[in-house]
This record gives sequence, C-alpha cells and structure tokens, in this order.
Amino acid sequence: MTLDSEELFNLYRRMLLIRRFEEEAARAYAQSHAGGFLHLYIGQEAIAVGASAAMAESDYVFQTYRDHGIALARGMAPGAAMAELFGKDTGCSRGMGGSMHFFDVEHGFYGGWGIVGGHLALAAGTAFKSRYRGDGAVTICFFGEGATNIGGFHEAFSLAGLWKLPVVFICENNRYAMGTPLSRTSPLTDLTLKAQGYGMAADGFVGSDVSVVKERVATAVKRARDGEGPTFIEIQTYRFRGHSMSDPAKYRSREELEERKKDDPLAVTRAQLEAAGAEVARFDEIEEAVEREVAAAVEFAHDSPPALEQTMLDTVLVKGQS
Amino acid sequence: MRIIRYREALREAMVEEMERDADVFLMGEEVGHYQGAYKVSEGLLERFGERRVIDTPIAEAGFAGVGVGAAMVGLRPIIEFMTWNFSFVAFDQIVSNAAKIHSMSGGAIRCPIVFRGPNGAAKQVAAQHSHTVEALYTHFPGLYVVAPSTPRDAKGLLKASIRDENPVIFLEGETLYGVKGEVADEGVDEVVPIGKGRVAREGDGCTVITWGRPYYTVMEAAERLAADGIELDVIDPRTLRPLDEELMLASVRKTNRCVVVHEHWPYGGPGAQIVDVIQREAFDYLDAPVLRVAGLDVPMPYASNLEDLVLPTVDRVVEAVRRVSYLGA
Repeated sequence: MTLDSEELFNLYRRMLLIRRFEEEAARAYAQSHAGGFLHLYIGQEAIAVGASAAMAESDYVFQTYRDHGIALARGMAPGAAMAELFGKDTGCSRGMGGSMHFFDVEHGFYGGWGIVGGHLALAAGTAFKSRYRGDGAVTICFFGEGATNIGGFHEAFSLAGLWKLPVVFICENNRYAMGTPLSRTSPLTDLTLKAQGYGMAADGFVGSDVSVVKERVATAVKRARDGEGPTFIEIQTYRFRGHSMSDPAKYRSREELEERKKDDPLAVTRAQLEAAGAEVARFDEIEEAVEREVAAAVEFAHDSPPALEQTMLDTVLVKGQS
Repeated sequence: MRIIRYREALREAMVEEMERDADVFLMGEEVGHYQGAYKVSEGLLERFGERRVIDTPIAEAGFAGVGVGAAMVGLRPIIEFMTWNFSFVAFDQIVSNAAKIHSMSGGAIRCPIVFRGPNGAAKQVAAQHSHTVEALYTHFPGLYVVAPSTPRDAKGLLKASIRDENPVIFLEGETLYGVKGEVADEGVDEVVPIGKGRVAREGDGCTVITWGRPYYTVMEAAERLAADGIELDVIDPRTLRPLDEELMLASVRKTNRCVVVHEHWPYGGPGAQIVDVIQREAFDYLDAPVLRVAGLDVPMPYASNLEDLVLPTVDRVVEAVRRVSYLGA
C-alpha cells in the first residue's frame, strides 16, 4: 500500500458515499422520484475516486452518462446531485440535465454526456485550451470500452496524439457495451494496443484497488502536465448492476457476477485498512456518517422546488449579445 | 466606403477580431499553410502564427468537437468547414453538444463558437457537394444561423458572430466569394447585429424574401420586373434563426404579396418557416397565396443543363411574382 491510512480512509469514505448515494438513487427511481435513464456506477467506484485523487482542483473532467460517481468524487454536493435526479431547481444542472447530464463547473466537472464517443473531442478541446493558454491544467476523460469502436474515439485520439494535448483518456472497461461483451465488439483483448496508432502512451491495469488507480493515473497526469502528451489508460472493472435500471443483465451469469464481486473495491480497500490495523468501530462511524449524508441529500431533494420554466426558456441561448 | 470582395470581407473580419481578442483562433483543413481552400484565410498564418491558425487532419468530428470543448472553457474558436457538406460528419458535435450545452448545464456553461464555410451548390460538383444546409441547422434551438449575401453583411455579421456568446452557424457561398461590394472603410468597426434583416430594394409591387446566392438572382429579376412596372420590395433576412419577422411582415403589409426565394429544398426549412409566419401574422393583408421558388426536390445532378433546372432562376422568380400579382406570363 502506497497511501497512508488516513488518506486511504478518505478515499474509502468517498467510495462508500458513491455506493450509498447510488443505492438511494435506485430506490428513488423505483419510487418514481427520478425518471428517464439511470446508469449506476456501483462496482466501479475505485476508478472515479482514485483518478480524482490524482488530479489537481483546477483540472477538467469529462464522463459519459454514467456520471454520478465522478461527480461525487470531484466534490459535488450529494444534495445537488440527488436534486438533479429528482428534477429540481436546486439540482446541479437545475433540473435541465438529469442523471446523464450532471455538471459542476466549480469542481471542474464538465459533464455528463449522453452520446457514446461524443465527448472525447470535447475533452481534447479543453486540453487544447490549456495548451493555448499555457495554464497547466490537465483534462481527464472517461468512457467505456464500448466507445472504442466509434468514430468520435478515433478522431479525438488522432488530434490529441498529433498535438500532444494534456489529456488522459481513461477507458473503464466493464466488459459489456450495454449487453454485448467485448469479445463480440473487438478483435483485441488488450485495448491499450489502440494507443500506438495515435502515437500515444498507454497503460492498462485492474481497477479494484483505489491506491493503484491513484498511482497509475497520477503518472499519466504528470506526463500530460509536463507537456509529454496524452495517455490512454484501460482500466479493467465491472459494474454490479445492469447497464441501466431497465436492464436485468441476463447476458451474464450469476456465477460471473458473484466472482467479480469478490473484487468489490470497497471490500478490497477495507481489507487493506483492516490488515493495517484499522478498528471495526472506525468503519461503523464512516458508514453511519455516509448514511446520514445521503439521507440528508434525499431530504434536500424532496424539499426542493421543482425545475423552473424560466430556466428552460432562459438557457436555450445566452441573451443580450451582439 | 470601399469596394472589396466577399472573401476579403470575411478575412478582414477574422483579422480584426483576432487582433482585438487573443482568445479568437481559426481551425480547419488547409486554413494555414495552404492559405485556405477558397483563400478566405490567405495570409492569416503569416500574421498570427501556428498557435492561432491551426491546420487539422481531415477529421471534422474531431476538430469541431475540439472547438466546442475549447469554447466551453473560454476560448472563441472559428471552425472552418471546407464546405458545409463536410459538416455532416461533425453533425453530432454541432447538434448534440454545441447546441445543447448551455441548456443541459442549466445555463452554467456557454459555447461561443463560430462554424463557418461555403454553403450551397457551386458549379457541377454533383450530389454530395451541393448541399444547402440551412434547413437542417435552423431546426435546432440553441444555434444561431447566419447567411450574409453581401460583402458588407459578411464582414459585419462575422464580427458579430465571433463576439457572440452562442454557437453560430455561418453560411457563406463558394459562388459568393468573388462578389464585390461596398464595405466600411478600414478602421471602422461596423458590426451587423444577429437577427436583423435588411431592405435590399424598396418597392410596393411585391415582397420577395431571399438570401445567399438567390439574392443576386432576385436582384436581377427585380430589374426585369421594374421594366414591366412591378417594383419589388426585396428583404434579405441575413439571419435565418432568429428571423427578423417584423421586417418581413411590415413589407408584406405594404405590398400585400410575397414570394420566398431560396436554394434549399422545399420540404421545411426557413423558406417554409417564413411562409408560416406570414400567413399567420399577415393573413388579412395578403391578396394572393405566398409562393416559393426553391431548389428542385432532387439530389443535385452533375450535368450542367440539369443543374440549371434545379437552382432558382430569374425566369422562375419573375413567373412567381407575376402569379401572385395575377398577371399573365
């Protein structure tokens, strides 16, 4: 273990917050407080939390529609996140985005994007801005392995590689593009090989240990910040829930799921902390505090006013220009 | 006033805005070392360097997206499509990202970007290179769509578009680049506001609303009709979204007749939208149905004689005006 126990406790707490938040989100969805699509991150928490710990506050982050985890990892208030799911004015996107379109500019979180492969070029764009201005910021862009076949992936990689932009592309390979396993979408089993075609550095590892994620992502972030160009990181992971709430995930066996759950990032980190001498009472304290925080978020969401018609009308275009 | 070409007017607008604001940059295929596929950006690389005049690989979705991302965090990109036909491979970046980010983020993020390039048919470049795209891009709330006909409007509207906080679809024309016209003297910062149309010719016989290349077809038809005693009131909306509805309606209330002339296909688009506005808001003023002269509803053929059939002609404009005036051919 490379991290000291206090930092590891902090990362554990953040992962637990994401886990409990999403369990509540699923409940809210079942009770029709939240609608639309809901894609849960449960099982993948070590990636968002580890990568976030490797970034500076002024760095930029992009994510797919499976975006609750990274938003909370970056520091979004759970209340603003839950209120967005509830379609409330106090939501992080004022009820205009929903689950798939979280935004939190204050924490460098630039969404929350719904079209597979569509946000990779945007991440190259914020990285382009950082190089243009020389502001030293790095952009981290997450996407699934299902995005590695679409044109948006290749064009963003072409430009980022060509211009050596300060961006880190993180592929969260959770084995299934919705219901289709990697073996039926790619002739490669090692996706990092794709980086070579774009003159890009690559790394690949299993993402169940938050310390490992932090350390490996930090290496890529440093490379980007030092002007040495982008990195493509493939992180092996697994989502414990279906693709979205409407997916019973019948394309994989119960045995496979149970096997993967042995690598639950929360269990992995807890075991490390216990091996280092952490007391059970400490975990109980964290559990209790996180549950209180999530309960408060739900209460805040319930009590908040609904999204405003005026917001809808006022945000089509920025008015009063030219 | 000076007389310069449309392409020079565009170039001047970019130069002046890049001089004024260090966050403005130009990105696209062949914009730098090649000096622009249509020479609009000639000399810009030498003037501003590779940091701000950026040649790209052939990757429209990639560089359009880079522009949108850069705009989201404060830069002011000008993204050149070699022609608007090639914007279709970047469609998702424009409609799913640029047009949506302000709304989707609850107003937290802005996207001040200009997508520009030549629109419409050139000459015998056939089906894939002859699209008139305003019917597509005006469909989406969250985008401005601008289509200047003259050098003066090209310069003034490009300056306004670069300064605007919103994504702007800026439609030029390959056949317009060589057109000469009056433009304000050097050093005069003339900005044409987005959303304001222009009365291009005054008359009381019939309103004709038109933009882009058909604007010149209409102005020629106006001369011929004037010889027959019909004076056209020609309205150039200049911006296609939002439309300057009041200007068009005031003209129709005066002339009681209206013909809309456009190159895009007849199904939908700003042409149909204008007819909707006029029948709804000026119904009681109309002495005849509103007619349209549009590109024929076919993919553009290669053969020159067939292409001539597709594009609006002076004859078709004259015929439509005479029909709404209940005059024989």
